[in-house]
Amino acid sequence: MSDAAHYNFAYLDEQTKRMIRRALLKAVAIPGYQVPFASREMPMPYGWGTGGVQVTASVLGPDDILKVIDQGADDTTNAVSIRKFFERTAGIATTTHTRDATVIQTRHRIPEAPLKEGQILVYQVPIPEPLRFLEPRETETRRQHALEDYGLMHVKLYEDIARHGHIATTYAYPVKVDDRYIMDPSPTPKFDNPKMDMCPALQLFGAGREKRIYALPPYTKVVSLDFEDHPFERTKFDRGCELCGAEGIYLDEVVTDDRGGCMYVCSDTDYCEGRRAAPHAAAPPIREARR
Amino acid sequence: MYVAVKGGEAAIAAAHALLDKERRGEPAIPELTTDQIREQLALAVDRVMCEGSLYDRDLAALAIKQARGDLIEAIFLVRAYRSTLPRFGYATPIDTGSMTIRRRISATFKDLPGGQVLGPTFDYTHRLLDDRRHGAAPVVQPLRKAVEDDAAVPHVSDLLGEQGLIEPNPRAVNDEAVGDLTRDPLSFPADRDLRLQSLSRGDEGLLLALGYSTQRGYGRTHPFAGEIRMGPVEVHFVPEELGFEVSLGTILVTECEMVNQFKGSAESPPQFTRGYGLTFGHCERKAMSMALVDRALRARELGEEVVAPAQDEEFVLSHTDNVQATGFVEHLKLPHYVDFQAELQLVRQMRCEWEAANRKEAAE
Repeated sequence: MSDAAHYNFAYLDEQTKRMIRRALLKAVAIPGYQVPFASREMPMPYGWGTGGVQVTASVLGPDDILKVIDQGADDTTNAVSIRKFFERTAGIATTTHTRDATVIQTRHRIPEAPLKEGQILVYQVPIPEPLRFLEPRETETRRQHALEDYGLMHVKLYEDIARHGHIATTYAYPVKVDDRYIMDPSPTPKFDNPKMDMCPALQLFGAGREKRIYALPPYTKVVSLDFEDHPFERTKFDRGCELCGAEGIYLDEVVTDDRGGCMYVCSDTDYCEGRRAAPHAAAPPIREARR
Repeated sequence: MYVAVKGGEAAIAAAHALLDKERRGEPAIPELTTDQIREQLALAVDRVMCEGSLYDRDLAALAIKQARGDLIEAIFLVRAYRSTLPRFGYATPIDTGSMTIRRRISATFKDLPGGQVLGPTFDYTHRLLDDRRHGAAPVVQPLRKAVEDDAAVPHVSDLLGEQGLIEPNPRAVNDEAVGDLTRDPLSFPADRDLRLQSLSRGDEGLLLALGYSTQRGYGRTHPFAGEIRMGPVEVHFVPEELGFEVSLGTILVTECEMVNQFKGSAESPPQFTRGYGLTFGHCERKAMSMALVDRALRARELGEEVVAPAQDEEFVLSHTDNVQATGFVEHLKLPHYVDFQAELQLVRQMRCEWEAANRKEAAE
């Protein structure tokens, strides 16, 4: 039973894939709306990307080239595990290069390199409901979405400003999709929110444990919630990557000793490696960027 | 000097090799066989079958061995395998009334048709560790009592029902398919078929705690164990191409019917109400807990005020599944450093603002 040859292409049986594809079509037709689907038990735990895995399994074809990232990196343990799963069960080609991939499954990041038409970005989503921590009941939040009753969210953001002087949400920062649904962008840092707006690639979101799928078709308007006098602000780093020198990208803080020493490096490992392999003219040479 | 961490793949392979070694334990000690688990840890096998929603003693025993005795992990293994199996149809409802009784007790009547049958139970054992169990203790042959083939063992609730003292079981509506939460996403409010399905595959520990909470006053239902019965029942299936019923074999089940508080209304005279529990295998604690929670969850239907967690179906049904629960709790082990970085920046910024505000206040 451990032999992948016993299982269907990409693990799921064709009936299940059809059911998921129907949910995906509905999700694409109503951008930002959470479509319930009959999520299956997968051979990895709920909360570890089962929603993303089911969506990926349903959209993969034999010619697809898959990239899997977690925290922006291709070599984090869970990304390795999921990539291996599809290598075994679908026998498809995989890559770490954003530009070469036709399907990218991600957890918590959007690649730094711009995505292009024809690519599919699959997000792993833990809690799909943006209103969940304001209202724990599904019956209530579904009603609020139906009536476009988003007062609760605006009050929450307003209270943040009243208390802290700014909106104190740094990831899973809520967005409004196509002027209609408020959507959870999955726990990506708000730094990545602007990349969702008018993205040429198809963006699919799968929440396995919560049994929901939602989607952003290519070139969909995605606006991070804010107020006129307190506009959305993207997280800024006052430095560049210490390995490749890139600026204006998302950085990981890596602790280097127990005396407060640390360094900042690209969260997107493919982006960083690409720059180090072929530094652009615009990029500062690596040596100068290092301390 | 930091270099980007590499080698996740090698680390995973090494960790799994270590896991295999630990699973085997001391090599000088004979390896456990799945036959031994199936025969001698039968209640663990029952729990894995029940919460794994798959009746297969051999697979459950294999899962327990592979999971090193971690039953939730074993349940997870069985569930993941289960979702690859094609669904070729639905069996007809099992008839627990025609069960070959291995255990049958009622707490509501001293004696009753069919009698009280204790069966293989821990009840009334003194929980004293018995060091004879270290080795091969001789097994005393249990007594056998001849049973007449046609001995009727009616449900206690049917005895009460004949006098109208308990609410009738709801009749199945023929053209209404029974819900299946493994095939359709659960939505609320959920009907009793879906609630019972969810409870039957739900976590024993959670149901035990919730059932217990109703006994302690959080949604009290005044229960009596009307009947607990355990034994094999036949499973029948009607293949479309044959058009008549064929027997697929027998499964062992435990059924619990609670008899709960009565309340009358203008339309109906006072009568007892029901709570129902059914499990694969011999999972008596689970079946009883399930019956308590089932009754508590009927609060809305019976016009009772919903005040306690055990009565709140959205709360209960959203959290009964231990495969979901363990996955999400344990996913906190996965890296979260991208989001943590964002929070770190925010906390640092807020600390700066706080210090600046305090300095300003001190200066004024």
